[in-house]
Amino acid sequence: MLNDYKGLKLIASSNPHIRNNEDTRSIMLDVIIALCPALLMSVIRFGFRALIAVAVSMASAMFFEWLYRKLLHKTQTLGDLSAAVTGMLLAFVSPVTLPYWMLIVGNFFAIFVVKQLYGGLGKNFLNPALAGRAALVACYTGQMTSWIDPSTKAPLFGGLADVVTAATPLSMMKGGEFEALTAQYGLRDMFIGNIGGSLGEISSMMLLIGGLYLIFRKVISWQIPVAYIGTVAILTFLFPQGNDALTWMLYNVLGGGLFLGAFFMATDYVTSPVTKKGQLIFGLGCGLITVFIRYFGSYPEGVCYSILVMNCCTWIIDKYTKPTRFGVDKKAAKEAAKK
Amino acid sequence: MKEIAGAAEYFLDNGKEWLYNQSDYGAVFPLLWQYKDEVKTMAQAFFGGVHPNDMKAATNEKAIEQLQAPAQVVIPMSMHFGAPCTPTVSKGDYVKLGQKIGEFKGLGAPIHASVSGTVAAVEPRPYSMGGKVMSVVIDNDFKDELSEEVKAPADPDALSVEEMVEMVKEAGIVGMGGATFPTHTKISSGIGKVDTVIINGAECEPYITGDHRAMLERPAEIIGGCCYLAKMFGVNKVIIGVEDNKKNGIESLNKVIEEQKAPVVVEALRCRYPQGGEKQLCQAVTGKQVPPGGLPASIGCAVFNINTAIAIYHAIKEGMPVVRKVVTVSGSGVVEPKNLECPIGTPVSLLFDACGGLKDETFKLIAGGPMMGMAQASADFPVAKGTGAVLAFAGNENKVSADPTCIRCGRCVEACPMHLEPLYLYLYVQKNRIEDLEAAHVMDCIECGACSYICPGRLHLTHSFKVGKQKVKEAAAKAKAAAEAAKAAEEAKKEA
Repeated sequence: MLNDYKGLKLIASSNPHIRNNEDTRSIMLDVIIALCPALLMSVIRFGFRALIAVAVSMASAMFFEWLYRKLLHKTQTLGDLSAAVTGMLLAFVSPVTLPYWMLIVGNFFAIFVVKQLYGGLGKNFLNPALAGRAALVACYTGQMTSWIDPSTKAPLFGGLADVVTAATPLSMMKGGEFEALTAQYGLRDMFIGNIGGSLGEISSMMLLIGGLYLIFRKVISWQIPVAYIGTVAILTFLFPQGNDALTWMLYNVLGGGLFLGAFFMATDYVTSPVTKKGQLIFGLGCGLITVFIRYFGSYPEGVCYSILVMNCCTWIIDKYTKPTRFGVDKKAAKEAAKK
Repeated sequence: MKEIAGAAEYFLDNGKEWLYNQSDYGAVFPLLWQYKDEVKTMAQAFFGGVHPNDMKAATNEKAIEQLQAPAQVVIPMSMHFGAPCTPTVSKGDYVKLGQKIGEFKGLGAPIHASVSGTVAAVEPRPYSMGGKVMSVVIDNDFKDELSEEVKAPADPDALSVEEMVEMVKEAGIVGMGGATFPTHTKISSGIGKVDTVIINGAECEPYITGDHRAMLERPAEIIGGCCYLAKMFGVNKVIIGVEDNKKNGIESLNKVIEEQKAPVVVEALRCRYPQGGEKQLCQAVTGKQVPPGGLPASIGCAVFNINTAIAIYHAIKEGMPVVRKVVTVSGSGVVEPKNLECPIGTPVSLLFDACGGLKDETFKLIAGGPMMGMAQASADFPVAKGTGAVLAFAGNENKVSADPTCIRCGRCVEACPMHLEPLYLYLYVQKNRIEDLEAAHVMDCIECGACSYICPGRLHLTHSFKVGKQKVKEAAAKAKAAAEAAKAAEEAKKEA
């Protein structure tokens, strides 16, 4: 105990002198935790290959992050776990049967090109995991768009030749087989995730649990997921291509990567707007483009590209959704802006 | 697993039915109407803010203790917003308690001796705002002999408004919450313009409990001060805004209001930092926003701290100037946190002594609260009029990052009570983009620290805005000087 107070080694820094417990690392950890229920469902459906694919993807993403920072003599940033999240998400949006080396290639593109070449965490304008997926689709279209039948398990090694493939609900809907789809999978299958699709996107229920966890922990706000899923739901409900508008809408919402995209991809801080108003617009834009691609595009699914397109619009949304200056009347502010 | 699946299926099937059958959505509105008051409070509350752990439990049940009289006090001549006072005593003079020892010029407030005794020195000494300032050092003779200058008016209730303002001025009252703006200036400039007088009892800074204790122990003085303020401004109601984490404080005030039938209303505010910011409090109480660069008077408001109200009460009732201050001594580095009342000018080391001393691993001393207070380079500074708390931190409360990185999470935008976008301001300061800084209204920043507090990337946001504001001011001064030089050159040309 000190009584003369002369021996104190004091830090004289600027206010505030206390900080919130939450930091980048804890946020990323929360995202990883929130993805775990969906991963569990994937392991139940596809077997342990799902777990190994995620592990390989996370390890390679972290390795590339480490390598880039090492080569360029920059501070190591593995501790913030953002690379781990990118790796996990890239595995989630790839088919479970994708060869491991392709996952590694995808991670190289995501981390090296999309993230680090733009300056690392916080500076990239595209979501690294989605950009990595887009690159993989361009390079290995066959492997990226063939899906294992959900009633069979994927072998730990080996590729598409060794498994039974099946169509995803969205490709069946695109092909005009909606009646066959509703006969094959009930709403329950759609919600729980007893369907074909990418590794982590199949179980809307588990993704919803994870997403609600993130909202509850205030890691993400409700604006983007609600605007995104709401827009898709309303548009597909208003313009159904089946007999029952509500069923068509529900199959559209539950059938593809919408929940994964809306809760985990579109909400990526770095590539989405910072204001709540901007986030609503962002979610709306994602929803519109997703439905446009599903209805008029050549792909059955549009979540990935819709988010990438909206990522590019983020700066302009930010520019036009600035908060109104404190103490200024909204109308007066608008008139001032006109002048 | 099956149960969850079953429940989900049930919901999907029956939810569909329910949606189809629902037609009477109007039934919702009467339900909402019940909550109209809550909705109104929410609508008025300021935008943004953060919820730090208030840490008040360490001291909020400890009564204010009187500190043993110090052997020597060091009274800085700058304890207010404005130029420092000029000392009116010199070395060797005998001064009495309450005697004026510093006179102000322009904007300011006079300074009085807080003990009786001999002036030991008039020299620059360290003080809580950093660096040194001219100070009067008095050796205490422990007699507390009251100065003849301190005269209670014969009938305080018969005083005119001018006389009351004059007494507030002579008592050296400044904003006791920490802003230290001279109170008499605020009153005299506000008379006629102000229709809402607000007393700030929010005490939104963590750790500090002086206001809370005052509500419990000195409610009559607070209400008395409020009545004088109502009289000076000619309003029939004074509003005391108190955060709802001080429920017993609100009760204590309401009890006195009822007894005295005083024209005072206590309004409970939702806990949020910076609720006690002048502009934020006006917004929370009236729903109106102070225009950029303006004062609360421009929307008809005047805000005074609870301790300022107490000081006004003593000044008008007893003619007593500001010579004592309640200080919360708290933080993880303090052995036994306490609320202490001591003469102004008491060295803070004595306060720490009274609290059992500091822990060895103390790494930060703060004059004021943890959000807006100033870190000190040493424990060698005295208690001033605006020192509501002295905090010492030990352990790992200093969360810093070697590599602060913005991840664009938007938490700072959400937290900023002034509707700024700190992440962009930070960028502009880093890149020295002064015009962009000005266009993004950096001058509106109240430096409350909410953005830095909430930032998960551990950016030094508040600090960089202080730098940014300085840069904008310098650029403006430079531009003005250049314009004047050009004008002078042109005139010289004309003459030639």
